[in-house]
Amino acid sequence: MQGNKVIGEAAIRTGCRFYAGYPITPQNELPEYMAESMCQVKGGVFIQSESEIAAIHMVAGASAAGARAMTSSSSPGISLKQEGISSMAACELPGVIVNMMRGGPGLGNISPAQGDYFQATRGGGHGDYRTIVLAPASGQELADLTMDAFDLADEYRMPVMILADGMMGQMMEPVVFKEPKPRQYRERYVLKGAGAGKSRFIRGLILDPRAMEEHNWKLARKYEVIAQKETRHEAFNTEDAQLIVTAYGTAARIAKGAIKRLHDAGLKVGLFRPITLWPFPSRELQEISERTDNFLVFELSTGQMIEDVHLALCGRGYVNFYGRPGGVVPTPVELAHVIARQYSKKDRHHE
Amino acid sequence: MTKKVFGKPKCLKENVFHYCAGCGHSIVHRLVAEVIDELDIRGITIGVPPAGCAVLAYNYFDIDMIEAQHGRGPAMATGIKRTLPDRVVFSYQGDGDLAAIGIAESFHAANRGENITVIFINNAVYGMTGGQMAPTTLLGQRTTTSPSGRDAVKEGYPIRISEILSSLPGTTFIERCTVNSPPNIIKAKKAIKKAFQYQIDGLGFSMIEVLSPCPTNWKMTPIAACKWIDEVMSKEFPLGIIKDIKSSDKGGKSHVG
Repeated sequence: MQGNKVIGEAAIRTGCRFYAGYPITPQNELPEYMAESMCQVKGGVFIQSESEIAAIHMVAGASAAGARAMTSSSSPGISLKQEGISSMAACELPGVIVNMMRGGPGLGNISPAQGDYFQATRGGGHGDYRTIVLAPASGQELADLTMDAFDLADEYRMPVMILADGMMGQMMEPVVFKEPKPRQYRERYVLKGAGAGKSRFIRGLILDPRAMEEHNWKLARKYEVIAQKETRHEAFNTEDAQLIVTAYGTAARIAKGAIKRLHDAGLKVGLFRPITLWPFPSRELQEISERTDNFLVFELSTGQMIEDVHLALCGRGYVNFYGRPGGVVPTPVELAHVIARQYSKKDRHHE
Repeated sequence: MTKKVFGKPKCLKENVFHYCAGCGHSIVHRLVAEVIDELDIRGITIGVPPAGCAVLAYNYFDIDMIEAQHGRGPAMATGIKRTLPDRVVFSYQGDGDLAAIGIAESFHAANRGENITVIFINNAVYGMTGGQMAPTTLLGQRTTTSPSGRDAVKEGYPIRISEILSSLPGTTFIERCTVNSPPNIIKAKKAIKKAFQYQIDGLGFSMIEVLSPCPTNWKMTPIAACKWIDEVMSKEFPLGIIKDIKSSDKGGKSHVG
């Protein structure tokens, strides 16, 4: 099944009943899948919105009204959605946003790239907030993480982003859809008319600075809990590795291929793959740095996640970088050469 | 024996309006509240206030409300209404909100025939931010950002939103009213009630434009502001029903949302 469609199917299976989006390559198969699927499920709503901005605010409205809601786009479109993402974070509205990144900045191109890491992991829009960012690296993970994204969004009442690229969106892989968990979302968060009871309102505007400060700290405490509890990563061949490649998503897949080749040639190289980009699995990387002090960060950008690697390592170890921005995707063989060079440099260093 | 002939609408809270003296918002809030009471829909109504002077509407309406970002009310209302089609959903927007930053959201919600109601407050200025030029500012009207008067060459023309939206087949009922005199207030309430009724009947997008006095930013007394609406503003924005699919066969097909 194609990656973009996997996300759509996983979303429907986990109870997503509202999708709004605007066409942009390389994620068009996802809205197209939703257009077909939403009319086949009870209460399903699909809207092709007039803009990315409208789409995210429709999602916010649907979310406030109790629907599991999703929108998707690619880099330039995600920039437009940031107003709504910030607002959803402020108003504590759950929702899932898919970003199938492309080469940028500006309109850029439609090739796989990872230049939106900063935007995704630092909040993205204005104000003091974070979004959980999940980075799938296979068709199976697209399915699993999409389902998890909805659960996390509900649990913490916040927008959750799935960050991938055109490679993930376009590739075909077999997937098994897991059994979705029953939705745990309190009725009292849903705005559906006051009935005979007290009326409620949802707002992000808090004019009193003290109340605003209190609200910001409340959000910050929530983010702290998430940072403690929700980090995810994959460690591959890290036990006796002399060099750890750190990469996520498509880049991690290429890295794994390269590492397997190098393993056959006797080089002890491991992969540390963050699955949550925010919260970044810092502690887990620190633990690995107690065994290995040679790191190579590989990104399809000019270097963004490397800042989180530096923050996690606190100055320990040797951190080098290999980046291919703009939609250039190196083969595992090319990357294996880069890794091998770094590997032997480290050997010389020890001599 | 005494008989109560006038009271506060049930779905207005006890809070005192923060609006300036002579402002139209408090009157329109009251009218909307009276209509909600009379239609007995308080429990199923969800309101979407805008960014602008009316951003604090949730302090006054005793109904469920959710704030929208500037201009995005109709998109948010769309999300709510499509999720809960049996609720009554309205957005409340100013002229900057609806006719400038949110014109795409408004135009397309109207074009989709979303079964929502929009209360459109047209006071020809950005009120909350201090009286800057709005898309509906009249030619020659002085504002803080058109200090020598709006000049068509540099700043374009006032936009007649109601006329534009009425050309879309998805819209069902659009009327332009004002609240500058008791008879006009009564007319405005009737129009608001009709717009809500059209939504309840599932007919599609309805909008009431209210020419609303803003004495503070017009730099007029409240009485002079009311007069200015009659003598100047309503010449540019003529009052009356602009579209009613029930009384005209030109209005196109209704859309049941």
